[in-house]
Amino acid sequence: MEKKRCETLLNSLSEYVDGTAQAELCREIEHHLASCEDCRVVVDTLKKTISLYHEPSSKDLPTEVRERLFARLNLGDYLDRD
Amino acid sequence: MVKAIIQDEVSVSALQAGDRDEFAKLVDRFSPQVYRLALKILGNPQDAEDVLQNTFMKALQAIGNFEGRASLSTWLYRIAVNEALMLLRRQKPVVPVAMDYDDDEAEIPHPTQFTDWCCLPEEELLSTEAKGFLEKAVQRLPEKLRVVFVLRDIQGLSIRETSQALELTETAVKTRLLRARLALREQLSEYYGKRLDEEKA
Repeated sequence: MEKKRCETLLNSLSEYVDGTAQAELCREIEHHLASCEDCRVVVDTLKKTISLYHEPSSKDLPTEVRERLFARLNLGDYLDRD
Repeated sequence: MVKAIIQDEVSVSALQAGDRDEFAKLVDRFSPQVYRLALKILGNPQDAEDVLQNTFMKALQAIGNFEGRASLSTWLYRIAVNEALMLLRRQKPVVPVAMDYDDDEAEIPHPTQFTDWCCLPEEELLSTEAKGFLEKAVQRLPEKLRVVFVLRDIQGLSIRETSQALELTETAVKTRLLRARLALREQLSEYYGKRLDEEKA
């Protein structure tokens, strides 16, 4: 029975960690996590994995990369504008 | 009535009319994201720069066909992903052996690592060495999982936007995303597990 719960959790993991799982499924998962240490670790480390990769979107391109891009696109005259 | 189509602060109608000012604006608005996307998929600045330039060259040629079914940014990402994949195919990379993670139909592989490394201090989790490992771990993902992970979890696109950019169903995106996330969690657990052991020793 417990194993079946682990299986359900595995398939709904993304929805659960993204907070898009249905309320009832969340309750079921949380109930299971309270008694299954392995699944709790998987959920916590999965959340951490995703957050380590999440980077704030960068607004900057390395200067030389931007210069070469504008040159290739014949937009050299726009380089100094923002 | 002429309807001006403005998307992400850029006027599609002006772009389609060949307005250079607007094209320069488009390039400045989206080039950082396109470059980063290419860099994360390819793992190499030179290749990323080639993809960046080719993406905007193609966009310039194809803007007349843009119909607005997806957003302008998603449309650009689609071009960029295709360029990146073409480059990867030309380079014929060694296919990673993680076959379990590569098949949409196969069962989701079960986790094998159960070390709780969340408690490691931030400076350990994001040390220069650890950051290098994070990059390498993404590069080790099979290509079709890697592009989904990069778009959704690194670039922050929604499932829907990712499916539009890759021309995949949302179900396929979700399956590949889960496989990618689990595969990375396994790799990170092994890596940080060792750090944890060192700390205890």
